[in-house]
Amino acid sequence: MAGLEDLYREIILDHYRNPRNRGELPSPPARRVEGFNPLCGDEIVVYLDVDGGTIADVKVTGQGCSISQSSASMMSTVVKGRSIDEARAVIRAFKGLMSVHEARLDSGDGDGNGAAPADGTEPGVALGDLAALQGVVKFPVRIKCATLSWNALAQGLDEQGLDEPSPA
Amino acid sequence: MARLIDRVGSVDGGLLRADFPVLDRPREGPRLVYLDSASSSQKPRAVLETMDAYYESSYANVHRGLYSIAEESDRLFAEARTKVGRFIGAPVPGREVVFTKNATESLNLVAQAWGRHHLREGDAILLTEMEHHSNLVPWFILAEQLGLELRYLSVDDHGQLALDDLERLADGVKLIGVTLMSNVLGTINPLGPIVEAARANGAIVVGDGSQYVPHVPTDVTALGCDFLAFTGHKMLGPTGIGVLWGREELLDATPPFLGGGSMIRDVRLDGYEPNELPWKFEAGTPPIAEAIGLGAAVDYLQALGMDAVRGHEIDLTAYALDTLTRRHGDAIVIHGPREPCRQGGLLSITYKDVHPHDLSQVLDQAGVCVRAGHHCAKPLMRRLGVSGTARASLYVYNDESDVDALAEALTQAEALFF
Ligand SMILES: Cc1ncc(COP(=O)(O)O)c(C=O)c1O
Repeated sequence: MAGLEDLYREIILDHYRNPRNRGELPSPPARRVEGFNPLCGDEIVVYLDVDGGTIADVKVTGQGCSISQSSASMMSTVVKGRSIDEARAVIRAFKGLMSVHEARLDSGDGDGNGAAPADGTEPGVALGDLAALQGVVKFPVRIKCATLSWNALAQGLDEQGLDEPSPA
Repeated sequence: MARLIDRVGSVDGGLLRADFPVLDRPREGPRLVYLDSASSSQKPRAVLETMDAYYESSYANVHRGLYSIAEESDRLFAEARTKVGRFIGAPVPGREVVFTKNATESLNLVAQAWGRHHLREGDAILLTEMEHHSNLVPWFILAEQLGLELRYLSVDDHGQLALDDLERLADGVKLIGVTLMSNVLGTINPLGPIVEAARANGAIVVGDGSQYVPHVPTDVTALGCDFLAFTGHKMLGPTGIGVLWGREELLDATPPFLGGGSMIRDVRLDGYEPNELPWKFEAGTPPIAEAIGLGAAVDYLQALGMDAVRGHEIDLTAYALDTLTRRHGDAIVIHGPREPCRQGGLLSITYKDVHPHDLSQVLDQAGVCVRAGHHCAKPLMRRLGVSGTARASLYVYNDESDVDALAEALTQAEALFF
């Protein structure tokens, strides 16, 4: 049986108690994306300030369980200052991490964006603190909490791409 | 069942647990402490065996067959209806008890069949701030269809309906919809003044008995409501079976809800004639085994005695309020009346600022099953100023040791998060 220590790693609790990049950015110019999990009531709002293909700033507000809020905090620290392409690679890596379990259990209840390799690796991406969230896959109902902010981020980057198509 | 007869007059949750196979299932770690009966109750062996026996020995469709097992099915189905009717003191069980799929369908039936036929644009209906979504959304849908005005009785700081506003809010309404027991706060709502206000305005009262009927001796005549909805799976019965009780003359004056087989007396190419009560409201093949299972659940509860069930829950609620307050008084908020005699056996908890999902996850490690979230009562959550609560709810198979396990598991949450 998966133990609580798999889920509530100290790093996760630290991000939960002391969330990084908490707050809002004036929008516009910042892009504002909402994520909502109707099942749990978890709410996340991600603000993205994208400047010349780089995520110059990111802020997060919202409320919800420790997993959704700490994942959002970690997400903000990892993607801040990265290029859009790098951020997309981290998203893929994180989704891969969260879908290892789904691939193994063949649960068919994935998040749909199943582009990531099933072993959770993404070439050239170091997950750092994020790896602490790996234990979440042992608690399938909590995966949606962990991916909430990431889906909002992905949506924001997609919208950004539509507004200003990057030179081919 | 012989064992039960010996115990009439008092309920010993620890002993009864043996009647509920799932509570004894082999598992890793601590024993299962099931505190989520307000969401759905566990099923005693008597119910499971009755349903199995029915499938194994008499199963056939009802209403149609002229062979022996079909007649047996008809008889068992009819007996289940009578048992359920007597359980709630229905004056005419054979005509007033409509089987549905759950309480939600029962409430939708009242809204779409009675409401759509009897209400007009501009009519007002009165609901309360503590309703479950299933006694709100059907009325929202109807209000959109007809153009109705919706009013609400608010909830005060003690988790009680603010009845001071009743006379004003009920003025001119055509229908009052109210839960008999809140599924979040446990509050038992006094139906007397509500029925009185309805009568003064010529309105009908639709009671949501989903949480009340399984736990409190129920007599529809004494309650005075016009419709009462409840659901089998919260009262030791199976899923897939719900009940709508309605006063006979009201049901007679209500057009059908769903159309199809069984609900008709005659069908021609240019129309149909609806069937007699209660079949008029039971289109298609009904949940036969589920109804019979619900009949067995009612037998089980009646063998215990509903007074004893209620007494047991009052005692256990008092113990739980006392234990949790004593052990976690500084950290915990228990929402609701906190008066065992005026509430059901359920406790909605917030623990410091630990999110209810985290709390529930920690409790799960100790084998303690509670429900976390908004409990399908989002307007009430907003009123309480919380995003959700962790709710522990009690039933016949719980005892002090379950409450102790909950209190102990909360200590582990404290250790983890603080
Ligand atoms: C007060 C109340 N009303 C209605 C319902 C709906 O019951 P069901 O889902 O069986 O239709 C519930 C249970 O969730 C409830 O607690």
